[in-house]
Amino acid sequence: MTQAVGPVEAAPRTRRSRAAVALPLVLFAALALLPLVTAALSAGYMLDLFVRVMIFAIAALSVDLLIGYAALVTFGQAAFVGLGAYAVGMLGAHEITDLTIALPVALLASGLFALVTGLVCLRTKGVYFIMITLAFGQMAFFTASSLAPYGGDDGLTVHERSTLFGVAVLDRPVVFYYVVLAALLAVYLTCRTLIASRFGRVLRGAKDNALRMTTLGFQVYRFQLVAYVIAGMIAGLAGVLLANATEFVSPAYMSWQRSGELIIMVLLGGLGTLHGAVLGAIAFLLLEEWLATLTEHWKMIFGPLLVLVVVFVRGGLIGIGTALAGAVSRRLRRG
Amino acid sequence: MSTTLLVVQVLNGLQLGVLLFLIAAGLTLVFGVMDFINLAHGVQYMLGAYLAVAFYGLTDSFVLALVLALAAALAFGLLLEAAVFRHLYGRDHLDHVIATFGIILFLNAAVKYVWGAAPLSLPVPEALTGSVALAPGILYPVWRLVIIGSGLAVAALLWVLVSRTRMGMLVRAGATNPEMVSALGVDIRRLFTLVFGFGAMLAGFAGIMIAPILSVEPGMGDTILILAFVVIVIGGIGSIRGAFVAALLIGLVDTLGRSFAVDVLRLFMSSSTARTVGPALASMLIYLLMAVVLYVRPTGLFPAKGR
Repeated sequence: MTQAVGPVEAAPRTRRSRAAVALPLVLFAALALLPLVTAALSAGYMLDLFVRVMIFAIAALSVDLLIGYAALVTFGQAAFVGLGAYAVGMLGAHEITDLTIALPVALLASGLFALVTGLVCLRTKGVYFIMITLAFGQMAFFTASSLAPYGGDDGLTVHERSTLFGVAVLDRPVVFYYVVLAALLAVYLTCRTLIASRFGRVLRGAKDNALRMTTLGFQVYRFQLVAYVIAGMIAGLAGVLLANATEFVSPAYMSWQRSGELIIMVLLGGLGTLHGAVLGAIAFLLLEEWLATLTEHWKMIFGPLLVLVVVFVRGGLIGIGTALAGAVSRRLRRG
Repeated sequence: MSTTLLVVQVLNGLQLGVLLFLIAAGLTLVFGVMDFINLAHGVQYMLGAYLAVAFYGLTDSFVLALVLALAAALAFGLLLEAAVFRHLYGRDHLDHVIATFGIILFLNAAVKYVWGAAPLSLPVPEALTGSVALAPGILYPVWRLVIIGSGLAVAALLWVLVSRTRMGMLVRAGATNPEMVSALGVDIRRLFTLVFGFGAMLAGFAGIMIAPILSVEPGMGDTILILAFVVIVIGGIGSIRGAFVAALLIGLVDTLGRSFAVDVLRLFMSSSTARTVGPALASMLIYLLMAVVLYVRPTGLFPAKGR
């Protein structure tokens, strides 16, 4: 098995290796140093903004895992983010705020929802998969909207941030920032390990040619289901952090527009690279933030921009970077 | 639950079903013929409603507003096709999703920019206001009957167009094997444009017809779009017949579920629990229905041939 996959594996890795190692290192180093910069500039709002960026990066990573490595175009990932957030919100409403309870409950709930919906979704292919994940996302959205005891349409306020063993560690912005960064790093490394493993190779093999993997004796359905559940739980984790960051939980977290935005982040950064998802989340949210300061009707600029990116740019920001780097090195070699 | 309420709710369900069919028909044709996912179909419905309000404001006549808005919806559909969608045929479905998502963002914002965020309304044409007694004691608004009637008429017209005309034959052939049709000398691009414009006009028509009973506001197309997707997925993507059956099914299940879920649940549980669980269950009902249908038949009830 490994021999058959080995050579195919080796070729892209050597070519991409420098960028694939350097870019994530630079990204995470920059994120780790950011609080020093904001402290120096006394720009506390930047810290909040980047907490949000990193939380969406976590959710975008889960989308990249499914779309970029398993060709499962999920359009309902926001539902899992919402589930994680609602776990925090609903437990909080019953005065249970400790992460030792909230986190396992959130992961279990999002994992279970992924398992049950995945059983149905993964029986379908292509467009049907896109639409059925979309529909399940909407189902979660409307269910949350009709939860009258927990705020219904209006959502509910999270009165205090989650505690860890009874200590309110997340109350200090800088500590919260580093907790989110640690979560992002952990998720990133988990995804990388997963993709490099035998499990990941089967997933990628099925992405290229599901029939071939099936004839090789792999039950592709099971591998995809596991990937779907893992991605759901990662998004659930993002939800737990999101509820703590905004101190508010609302059905809007589950709206299909949110799911669409997550896909856009991944495409914007570069599909199937993992650090592309992080880069995409940064670019998306910063662009949104910047455009919103220009005009109230910023979506009139943002929408066409998306269309242009899709029509004219392949491979997202990383694709542009690679193309530029390639052109520069060719120019240099020619002298 | 009284018979009167049941009759009225069944009619309401039919009305929703017919509306969904008008939207889903365009969506399923565009997908069936061009293999193109158009998320922006919902905003075309919204645009139809806004155009009707705008033209009504100018002309003060519902009929004129209807005709002008239909023409404008058609023109806008053709414009969108030529400007954006034409460049995306044959690309990955993911590209379709993102590009049309961008169009949704743009149009929702543009509508807010032009007409403001506050909901607008369109009066029911004077001759068709009021209610009519269907049976002793059962009153039903005339306009809703008009919606049902015109929707069924459009369905019949579509059936004739698709199954009895040369154009319809080409559309069906294009859905099955576009390369072959094009090799036989048919200008498939022009066929695509035509189908697209027609689909946009149908969605616009749905928006115009519903404008007198719903508030016209930005984002009104987004929820109905998802319902239309559920319809075409259940019906089988690319199938007009499937879209019709599924649209009526979804319309009835959703409407009846919302009106009677609490009453039905009360038979099994305490009424306070039923009041909490009922609405949540009612809003999940159509998605559960879809899950069951897809679990049993992963390509929908009436899968289009050759797909």
